[in-house]
Parts: sequence; structure tokens; C-alpha cells
Amino acid sequence: MSEPILQVKDLRINFKTFAGVVQAVRGVNFELNAGETLAIVGESGSGKSVTSNALMKLIPEPPGIYESGEIIFNGRDLIPLSDKEMSKVRGNDISMIFQDPMTSLNPTMRVGRQITEVILKHKNISKSDAKKRAIKLLDQVGIPMPEKRYKQFPHEFSGGMRQRVVIAIALAAEPKLLIADEPTTALDVTIQAQILELMKEIQKTSNTSIIFITHDLGVVANVAHRVAVMYAGQIVEYGTVNEIFYNPKHPYTWGLLGSMPDIDSNSDELLRTIPGSPPDLTNPPKGDAFAARNEFALAIDYEKEPPMFQVSETHFAKTWLLHPDAPKIPIPEAVAKRIEGYLGKENVLNGEKTIRN
Amino acid sequence: MAKKLLEIKNLTQYFGSSKEPVKAVDGISFDIYEGETLGLVGESGCGKSTTGRSIIRLYDITDGQIIFNGKDVHSSKSANEMKQFNRQMQMIFQDPYASLNPRMKAGEIISEGFDIHGLYKNKKERREKVESLLEAVGLNREHANRYAHEFSGGQRQRIGIARALSLNPSFIIADEPISALDVSIQAQVVNLLKQLQKEFNLTYLFIAHDLSMVKYISDRIAVMYRGKIVEIGLADDIYHSPVHPYTKSLLSAIPLPDPLSESKRTRISYVHEDLDESASFYEVADKHFVYGTAASVKKWQNA
Repeated sequence: MSEPILQVKDLRINFKTFAGVVQAVRGVNFELNAGETLAIVGESGSGKSVTSNALMKLIPEPPGIYESGEIIFNGRDLIPLSDKEMSKVRGNDISMIFQDPMTSLNPTMRVGRQITEVILKHKNISKSDAKKRAIKLLDQVGIPMPEKRYKQFPHEFSGGMRQRVVIAIALAAEPKLLIADEPTTALDVTIQAQILELMKEIQKTSNTSIIFITHDLGVVANVAHRVAVMYAGQIVEYGTVNEIFYNPKHPYTWGLLGSMPDIDSNSDELLRTIPGSPPDLTNPPKGDAFAARNEFALAIDYEKEPPMFQVSETHFAKTWLLHPDAPKIPIPEAVAKRIEGYLGKENVLNGEKTIRN
Repeated sequence: MAKKLLEIKNLTQYFGSSKEPVKAVDGISFDIYEGETLGLVGESGCGKSTTGRSIIRLYDITDGQIIFNGKDVHSSKSANEMKQFNRQMQMIFQDPYASLNPRMKAGEIISEGFDIHGLYKNKKERREKVESLLEAVGLNREHANRYAHEFSGGQRQRIGIARALSLNPSFIIADEPISALDVSIQAQVVNLLKQLQKEFNLTYLFIAHDLSMVKYISDRIAVMYRGKIVEIGLADDIYHSPVHPYTKSLLSAIPLPDPLSESKRTRISYVHEDLDESASFYEVADKHFVYGTAASVKKWQNA
């Protein structure tokens, strides 16, 4: 296995507010290899965006505080770096695609200049070469007539085309790591499919690592190699995409998978829901943060925080249900049935007996 | 067969100058039956929200007719008739942050409808009504005294639903009611809408771009493209045997929470063909209609 290009160790981020200190990220650990895509899923307020912004050191201080932890990128910890040093990393080594393509471009600046700006800052090349490269990038992200489009303003582009421009800017300095924070949430499904194909294509040709933040599990299944499920500022389950979708262990992951309607599901039945809402992180609950919404909660969940239990070499889950002494609770029937449905379809397609590990 | 609650005939809604109008809705016709949910799907800019807003008379339509319970919605009405009509038809909006007045308490937002329509005898009755509505949508009676910013997105959408229910309507237009919410909360709101439909015998027009949720909640689905309905039919038929190439392309783009099938997905892209004058609806199966010319529909069916 290749060396990880990014390691995040025990990252904790707090925000000081009038209502008290919000513990937005509470001890997150993960790593990422070159050419790999990690999807971070979770509800709003689960800390997924704070985590990804922290990787670029985009958390404003104050009110944000890097309480503890390390972000080791290419062998160097980013947390102690000064703003000046960070500006050499941002856009060059790590770049970011934001959710809303409508607001992440400068409306008063031609699209071409927004791309060459990045190239000229980070690469030692002439203006005319930067222009050539910008036009090539526009072409690469699938924008027709790139020479003409180069001179246009963002308002002359549609939503999907703008997101392509944002991707071109993010790729301009050939970053090793691309962070995409809900890059397709604001787009239509057909455009979303095109953008996802484009990102996978780019990853194949340039071996870029991608961190993909989303709450759409369909998108996760489409792009990710590994998945981290976040809840209340912590990663509660972590594994390969097949492990998370076909062998989920955490009740929160069961809840997320169960609350998606299935194309074949019977619409007379109600959807499975996760009752209640996420906890207030100014005062995180004692024990397991998910306990109050967990129908399978054990007495210990209200007392003591569960550790990460290892399920396989690559699969971890933070729930007491995996403790050897815990009662054996099977996956809820509706979720199990759905997984079987997917795998069954697969078996028919492959003519295989079983692929479950 | 259930009774037709709403008949839409050749609904046309243009915006802008009469010389070069933006044809947001370009002559669409469909019916909605009592007690059903009709899903309206399509990409942004296809005219699905405009259709909903025209039906409830938020816009003055350019042409066509909307007949609700046997009466024309857009004919001139006295203030009194207008009130009667407004009681029957209500709307739930997409953005639960923008659709609630930040300076009003939840109780005031919900009761504004009864105040206007004078639907209570005394303060006590008014308060009881607000409380029963809050409970119907899964909130507590204590929530009546809170302001909108004190609620989460899902709770706000519940207030929007309580407001829509406050006048006992028979028909509700839900314009992307869940797209601003988290997945786990989306399921709660969709379940609530289903339960309320049973309890109050409601008819829904459910506008959305999330196709898997639409399939789940709708009895029938209409697919819109560039201001026209291109295909309409029972939800299962639209999903399992689509005919129009646009519907096929739309369905092929939905990502499923199934990594193995995702790794093999092939997307069908759609190339728009201009149709000649003879284009109209063809019934390809029971209650399943496709818009096209006789020749093109035949071609699509065999494709």
C-alpha cells in the first residue's frame, strides 16, 4: 500500500460563541492515499464541513480554536504553519471546490483571469503560457469553445458550466488533494452525473486524492473508495465503500441507509426515520452522542463513550454494539432486505453465488 | 375512478416582452384526481415551480384554464369568492428559512390564516386550534411561543406544513418541500406528509427534482422538460418502463446507494429533437401518456 498523503490525528476544533464553546469537531482521525477518494457523510452540523475547512486552515481564529490534533500533509503538520506558509499550500497542494457555483466565482472578473490568477501565483510561467494552460483546462473540464468562454463573465455561464469553471480553477495548479464540499448539491441530477464523471476522469489521469463531502448516499456510492460517517463532530463509522453499504455496523449508518427511499420499495410503508435531532455541541451528551436517537441504545451508551471497534482491516465503528459482551443486534430488517436486494441483483448479473465478506 | 379535483387545460405562462417571451410553461394539460399525489419532476428552469405557482394564482396566466372543483381558478372573483378559494388550496414552500416571517411567533404564523378568515369564535378556540395543528405535525404546544430562528430546518418545515393545513384545504401544492433538509429529516417530513394525507384526505401536487423521493410519495408522475410535460403516468410505469428519451436520461442519472451497481452505471444522454406541429399525447399503456409525434413515439417505444 502506498504512503498516505494525508493523515489527520485526533483533530479537535472548538468555536467560542456567546452561548458557550461549541465543540464542532471532537477527535477525528483518518488518512488518505494518493489517487483515493474519501467521502465524508453526515447531517448538517455533524462537523464535516468544519473538518474539511480545517484541512485548508480556513477556520477563522477567533472564534475558531484548533484545540488539538495534527494534519499531516506530505509529511508536514499544517496546524503550526503561518498564514504566509499556508498560502503556498492553498490552491497549490490542496484546493477546494465549494457547494455553490453561483457565489464562489468573482462576478466582476472574466473567467479566464480567475484561472490564470492561480497559475501565475503558484507556477513560474509567463502570462501567455498561463493563458494557454487556462484554455486547456477549460477544454479539459468539458467547456465547449474554450477560447471564447475564456473571455466571458460568470453570469454568462449556466450553473453546471460554472461548477466546471470552479473545478478548472481548483485544478489549475495541479493539486495533490482536492476537497469538494457538496459540489453537486445545487445542481440537477443530469448535471450532477456529468460533474461526478468529470471528477473521476480527472482523478484517473492525474492521480489526485479527493475528499468528497456530501449527504447524498447515492453520490457516495458513485464516487467514493472509502467512507467516513460523521455524527456530532466524530467519525462513527469508517470503511471501504462496500463495507459501509453492504455491511454497516453503526446504528446511525443503518438509519441513514434506511431513510433513503428505494426505487423498488413499496410506497405503502412509511420510511424508516431517525427520530429526534442531533445534540447540541456546546454541551455534548455524556456517553455515546447518538444514544438519545438510537433505538438499540444500551445502558452503557448513556455512561461511557464507545471506542472505535475494529471490524476488519479497513472497517471501524464507534458503537458499544460491537463489544463482545453486547447483545447481538441484527441489522434492521428493512435495511437488510434492501442490501440483499442490491446484492441479489449483483449475483444475477455476475452469476456469482456470494460476494459478501 | 376517482373524481377529478383539478383540470389543467393548455396552461401557458410567458414572462417578459410579448415580442420575445420566455416560455416558462408552454401549453400543458393534465388532471389531478381527488386523494392522489401527482409528482412533477424536471430540471431547474423546466417550468415546474411556475406551474405550481400559476395553479394557485400567484401569477396571472397567459393562456389556458385551471378548473378546480368545477370552478375556473383564474376567472375574476369577488374578494369573498377569492377567500373561499384560498381556503381550498394551500402551498408549502421550498425554503423553510425564507418562508417564515422572522418577526412572528410560530403560533402567530399558523393562526394568521384563521385571523384573516375569521374561523374561530374566541381566543380559547383559536389557541386550541393552533395547539392541535402543532401536534398534528409533530411539534409541542409550547412551540407556539417561539420564533422561527429557534427551530431547526425540519421543524421549520413542519411549521410551514401546519400553516398550510390551518384552513383545512383539500389540495396542497408542495414546491420542493424537502430539498433544503437533511436526509434523515427528509424522511420524517415525507412520512408526515403521507400520514396527513390519509388523515385529512388531502390531494398533493409534489414538485421536486429528487426523483427517488418523488417515486416514493407519488401515485402518478409527470415529467417536464422546457415548459412541456413530456411524459405522464403511474409512478411505477414511469420508473420501470419510461418511453420518452428525456425521462430515460433523467432516470439514468440518479445515483443509487449501491456501490456495485454504481460502478457499472452508464448514463444515457438526451439530445433534444424539435417536433413538428402534429406532436401531441399518445397513450402507450394504461394511463401512461407520452408527448411526441406518432412516428417518434413509435421509435422511442422500440428503442
